[in-house]
Amino acid sequence: MSTVETPGAGGATGTTGTAELLSAVLAGAAAEDRAALIGYFPAGFPTVEDGIRAAVAMAEGGCDVLEIGLPHSDPVLDGPVIQTADDIALRGGLRIADVLRTIREVHAATGVPVLCMTYWNPVDRYGPERFAAELAAAGGAGCILPDLPVEESEVWRKAAARHGLATVFVVAPSSRDARLATITAAGSGFVYAASLMGVTGTRESVGAEARELVDRVRGVTELPVCVGLGVSTAAHAAEVAGYADGVIVGSAFVKLLLPAADAEGVPGAPVNTVEAVSRVRELAEDLAAGVRRR
Amino acid sequence: MARADRPAVGPAPERPRAPLSPPVPDGGGAEPVDGGARRPVAPAPAPKGAGGVVPAGRRTDTPPIPVRTTAPFRKAHAMTDGFFQPDPDGRFPGADGYFGAFGGMFIPEALRAAVEEVAVEYEKAKADPAFAAELNDLLVNYTGRPSALTEVPRFAEHAGGARVFLKREDLNHTGSHKINNVLGQALLTRRMGKTRVIAETGAGQHGVATATACALFGLECVIYMGEVDTERQALNVARMRMLGAEVVPVASGSRTLKDAINEAFRDWVANVDRTHYLFGTVAGPHPFPAMVRDFHRVIGVEARRQILERVGRLPDAVAACVGGGSNAIGLFHAFLPDTGVRLVGLEAAGHGVASGKHAATLTAGEPGILHGSRSYVLQDDEGQITEPHSISAGLDYPGIGPEHAWLKDTGRGEYRPVTDAEAMEALRLLSRTEGIIPAIESAHALAGALEVGRELGPEGLVLVNLSGRGDKDMDTAARWFGLYGDTAEAVGGPADLAADASTDPADPAAPGNGSERASEEGSA
Repeated sequence: MSTVETPGAGGATGTTGTAELLSAVLAGAAAEDRAALIGYFPAGFPTVEDGIRAAVAMAEGGCDVLEIGLPHSDPVLDGPVIQTADDIALRGGLRIADVLRTIREVHAATGVPVLCMTYWNPVDRYGPERFAAELAAAGGAGCILPDLPVEESEVWRKAAARHGLATVFVVAPSSRDARLATITAAGSGFVYAASLMGVTGTRESVGAEARELVDRVRGVTELPVCVGLGVSTAAHAAEVAGYADGVIVGSAFVKLLLPAADAEGVPGAPVNTVEAVSRVRELAEDLAAGVRRR
Repeated sequence: MARADRPAVGPAPERPRAPLSPPVPDGGGAEPVDGGARRPVAPAPAPKGAGGVVPAGRRTDTPPIPVRTTAPFRKAHAMTDGFFQPDPDGRFPGADGYFGAFGGMFIPEALRAAVEEVAVEYEKAKADPAFAAELNDLLVNYTGRPSALTEVPRFAEHAGGARVFLKREDLNHTGSHKINNVLGQALLTRRMGKTRVIAETGAGQHGVATATACALFGLECVIYMGEVDTERQALNVARMRMLGAEVVPVASGSRTLKDAINEAFRDWVANVDRTHYLFGTVAGPHPFPAMVRDFHRVIGVEARRQILERVGRLPDAVAACVGGGSNAIGLFHAFLPDTGVRLVGLEAAGHGVASGKHAATLTAGEPGILHGSRSYVLQDDEGQITEPHSISAGLDYPGIGPEHAWLKDTGRGEYRPVTDAEAMEALRLLSRTEGIIPAIESAHALAGALEVGRELGPEGLVLVNLSGRGDKDMDTAARWFGLYGDTAEAVGGPADLAADASTDPADPAAPGNGSERASEEGSA
């Protein structure tokens, strides 16, 4: 948990990541007696430029923290909405350099802390040290790697710590207490509590499991606990904000830029991205009001 | 029968295991012919009680199905024991699930508890004589083990005169080796108290085997299958549905096996409380690579004993096709200590490795993480998994079991590419010379055996795992060879076969050299 507090240790690039900004923003929301709003959007979807516009609009609409997805060919933890967006981004020729540029431009334009969320193989293949250095240089705040178990994470965590990046681990309702303690002791920034057993995607309600999980996590760590999976409306956000430090929303934003038919695999009429981005901003505003209604 | 207290596993003494590294010395005459060293396995302990072994998880809401009376069979058979033979060595993988640098558990936290439960329950089952007894009974009286070992001399005329034997896993119930693993995991599912089973399938053989076991045990069954595969293996889709399984076509990604696995993982995360993911190959997170291997290990244990009985010596090489690698590891594993026996895995080279349209993971892939473990994968320079190609749905996968990756890197195993065209030629050759139509997957192993046999010459002895039968592939074969329509003639007359036999092993277009005959000969 203390591993990130090494300003100036930015490695070869001389730049350090913004893990401290992430912690400060979450602390700031707590000081205002509200939950933070964390928004997810994949880079390169529907194009790199439009992805940047959407993410900037999310911050302008009230997201306190952003997660930029690095799309993967085999996103086993994502539902059809994010998988379809990932496929579109990769078919468009997205490269890791484009993801890093997205993070850099969104952070520069909005000042909010920006995490990268992806699967372990792209980072492993790129080189953990290289990826950490370049993510830090882009102004990134850290990484969420949901298929990298804590037992396998030491190489990444050391690289992240050297470059001032947080390592956010995901915990699930099925995680036992002893394991929660192990995971949260290794993690930094915040704890990502999966609200239910399932993959990403919007749902009618957020289960009661989430509250119990948050309580159990609080029993083993001082880190802020943010809840994701299934949150899509201001009412959900308000409900979750009643017990969590942060509310994470992803698929609900992504859906707005997805042609309806595309979720079925058939290319639909392209969405008007200008209109869609303004709807992204409106959703962020709604959700931001929600997290203040705890 | 005072043997009921005898440990149920490993009844046949296995000789001390040689280290895997350094790689294969010339074991030529160094290995004693030890056919006599392996005593026939002891008769089974008789089950207690009149009812024999009855699956407790059977449906109770339907009229009672007549229960198998296993005891009479068990008396009739000399060997209803010794078919479930997990690795007696147990050094690999370690407790962390690693075979050298490969393996591990790269899974989302939501699945951690479920995967650990499988590992714990499997360790308990392995040590439980009742589990082994029940599985052995099923393997004999339901599957039909031991499977035959068939010499194929007319086929072998095309293999440089070497003797070729086929391990006939195609004769198992359901038509492939897959049933070995499925019955083991179905018993495990019942032990864990789960009522729903999900599985992925490529060629449909694992799906059919899983649907079969679920029907037998009264378990709910959902099979994920890529859309491309539901089309090219339509017969197996019908078989699964006939057996009561729900078949879900997967339309994402490359719409083949890899995507079916992705979808099955998603299902598992959401339904893990009551669902077991009955994984079909020796890949995935620990403990699947080791557990699935153990359930298939009987293939090599039997084949080793059979060939010693029949020929009086160990083979020079054992050959098997590799997609995920389950039938191959099942054959190879009992031969690991026999350092004079070459372990040859045949990968699907599709249109040729150079074409980029292939599934030759160990030939052309690099280490990476896919579906829960570190192994070789087909990927681009930024870690995105690339789409494989093979005419064979069961080999059309961009990953490989971690134990194979380890065998490759230690040099104990050798892995070679076989193109679509080479596999189809071998399929035709075995059909015409021996009256056995193999699965297209297994035909890759046959093509490799032809090549290895030519290298060994007339003194050579090659054992091939015929992992499945070809009924499911008749549509693909009919299109490839032009068998449909009024004017179709029998494929491969004597002249064609003679031409095959004269193939020069040094010819770069000979089978196994990754030639691009498929593209030259046009698509099927």
